Amino acid sequence: MSKVLLEVQDLKMHFPVKEGILLRTSKYNKAVDGISLEIAPGETLGLVGESGCGKSTLGRCIARLYKPTSGSIKFEGEEISLLGANALSAYRRHIQMIFQDPMESLNSRHTVAEIIEEPLIVQNMGDTAWRAKRVKELLDIVGLPARSVSRYPFEFSGGQRQRIGIARSIALNPKLIICDEPVSALDVSIQSQILNLLVDLQKEFNLSYLFIAHDLAVVKHISDRIAIMYLGKIVETGDSQTIYRNAQHPYTQSLISAIPMPDPHRKVTRQLIIGDVPSPIAPPPGCNFHPRCPRAIERCSVDVPQLSASKADSTGLVSCHLVD
Amino acid sequence: MSEALLEVNNLITEFDTDEGVVRAVDNISFAATAGETLGIVGESGCGKSVTALSIMRLLPQPMGKIVGGEILFKGQNLADLSLPQMEKIRGNNISMVFQEPMTALNPVHTIGRQLTEVLLLHKDITAQQAIQQGVKILDRVGIPSPDIRMTEYPHQLSGGMRQRVVIAIALACNPDLLIADEPTTALDVTIQAQILELIKELQKDLGMSVILITHDLGVIAETCDKVVVMYAGKVAERASVHELFDSPAHPYTQGLLASIPRMDTTPKSRLSIIEGMVPGLLDLPEGCRFENRCPHKRALCEDAPPAIDEVSPGHEVSCYRWQEI
Repeated sequence: MSKVLLEVQDLKMHFPVKEGILLRTSKYNKAVDGISLEIAPGETLGLVGESGCGKSTLGRCIARLYKPTSGSIKFEGEEISLLGANALSAYRRHIQMIFQDPMESLNSRHTVAEIIEEPLIVQNMGDTAWRAKRVKELLDIVGLPARSVSRYPFEFSGGQRQRIGIARSIALNPKLIICDEPVSALDVSIQSQILNLLVDLQKEFNLSYLFIAHDLAVVKHISDRIAIMYLGKIVETGDSQTIYRNAQHPYTQSLISAIPMPDPHRKVTRQLIIGDVPSPIAPPPGCNFHPRCPRAIERCSVDVPQLSASKADSTGLVSCHLVD
Repeated sequence: MSEALLEVNNLITEFDTDEGVVRAVDNISFAATAGETLGIVGESGCGKSVTALSIMRLLPQPMGKIVGGEILFKGQNLADLSLPQMEKIRGNNISMVFQEPMTALNPVHTIGRQLTEVLLLHKDITAQQAIQQGVKILDRVGIPSPDIRMTEYPHQLSGGMRQRVVIAIALACNPDLLIADEPTTALDVTIQAQILELIKELQKDLGMSVILITHDLGVIAETCDKVVVMYAGKVAERASVHELFDSPAHPYTQGLLASIPRMDTTPKSRLSIIEGMVPGLLDLPEGCRFENRCPHKRALCEDAPPAIDEVSPGHEVSCYRWQEI
C-alpha cells in the first residue's frame, strides 16, 4: 500500500447524556466506539451504515468539528485529534466537507460568489481580484455558468446547489473531502450527474474521499474500499468489489440483500433481519449485532468480537465469531 | 384481466399560487386492478403525490382543485362526491400510508386511540371491541407486545415500528385500495425491506389493491405488477413491470434506468446522465415535457405534446419517436 494520508486509531466519541434535575452525566452515547481506518491519497473509502450507527459523527470527528473523546487521528503523519483552534485552522485547508442537504448547508443570504469565496478569505488567500477569478474558475470546474456569481442559493435547483457546495469544498485545494450523504437528497437523474462530477474531480486533483452514505449501490460505484459500520463500530472492511460478491459478516450480508434491485427478474433471496438498531447509549453485551443476527450463537452474547483478517479478501477485516 | 377497481381518466389537478395557476397533474389516466400493485414512479415535482391526494380528495384547500377528468372507484366518481360522502370512503374503502411516520401520527394521542378512532368511525362496534380489534391488527403488522403498545405514544416507537402503526391504521377497516406514498423513503434499507415485505404479504392475505408511489426504481421492480412513469405532471409511459424494465420505450424511462448505479456497473465509470433538469411547472414547454432534456429530440417534439401511443397491449408511451429510438 502506498503512503497513508489519513490514519485513524481506536477513535472514540462518547457524548454525555445528561439526566435528572441536576443534569448529571450518568450515561454516555457511544456514537463512535473504537474505530480504526486508513485512507490513501486519491482513494475513496465508502462508509456505510444505517441511521444512528455513528457514520456522520465519525466524519465530523475527522474534520475536527468534534473533539474526539479518545484515540488518534493522524493526517499526513501529524496528530490532529488534540489540536486547538489556531492550529486547526491550517489543517482545515486540507480537509473539507460536502453535506447532505445543499439547501441547509449554504447561507441563503449570501450570493454564490460570497459562499465560494468565504474559505479563501478565512485562509487569507490572494486579493479581491484573484479571489473573484478563482470563484469563476471553480464555478467552471463544477459546471455552473459564470453569471451565477451574483445569484442566491434559492435560485438554483437541488443538483446545482450541491455543485455550489462542491465548488466551496474544493476552493482551497484540499487533500481529503468528507462527503456526508452528498447525493441522497437528490433525484435519480441528478444523482448520476453529481457522482460523475465527484469522480472527475478526484481524477483531476487526486482527491481522497471519505464517502458516507446509506445507499450501497452508490457507495459501491464510487469507492475503492468500503467500511461497514454498526452501532459505533466497524464490522467489516475490504475491497468494495469483494465485499459485494463475498460479504463475510452477517450484517453486511443482510444489508446487501436488503437493497431493492432495479431488476424485476431477480429472484429475491432475502435475508431479512428482524427488529431495529439498539440504542448506542445501552448497546447489547457481546457482539453489538447479536440480538438481530440470524446466526447468533451463545458466545456472541458474551464475547466482543475483534476485527481480524477476512478469508475472502487479503486486505479485508471482519469482526464476527462465526467466520473462522 | 379482471375489472379495474380504480380508474383514473384524464385527471387534471391545478393549484392557485401567487405566481399563477400551476397544473401539477395534466391529463393523466391509469387503472388499478384488484389484487395488483400499481407503481407510480417519478422525480420530485412530477405530480405523483398530487395524484394520490387527488384520489383521496385531500388536496390542500382552497388552493388545490380537480378541474377535469374522473376518478372512478367501483364505478363511482370520487371527484364528484360531497365531503361527507368522501369521508365514508376514506380510511374505510381507500386508505393511505404517508412517507413520514412521525408526522402522520398525532404525537399527543396514544397508538390505541389513533387506531381505534378509524374503527369507531367506520364500524358499528363498541370501544371495547375496537380495542380488541386494534390489538389484533397491531399483532398482524408484526408489532411485539401489541397490548402494551396500544397505551404508548408515537415517540416511544422507532421509525420502522411507527410505519407499522401507520400501516395498521390504514388496514384497520380492510380497505379495497391502499395508497402508499413513499412508504419507505424515510427508513433504513433493512427496515425498508421489512416494510415492503409486510405490504406484499398483507396484500396477498387481504386481496387488496395497492398503489405504491416512489422514486426508487428498485422498489418498483421488486413490488409492482404494473408501472406508471410520470414526468412533469404527465404520464410518460405505462407498462407491466417486466415490459418497462426489459424494453422501456420512452427516452425518459430509458435515461432513468441507465443512470442508476447498479451492482454490476464498473466502479468509477461514467454513469450515463439525463442532461439538464425538470422544467418548472410555471413555464412548461409547449410540446413534449421532456423535450429540453431528450437526446432524441426533433423539431416536431417542440410543437405539441405527443399523444399516448400503444407499443404492445398494456404498454403505452407518450413519445413521437419511440419506434425509431
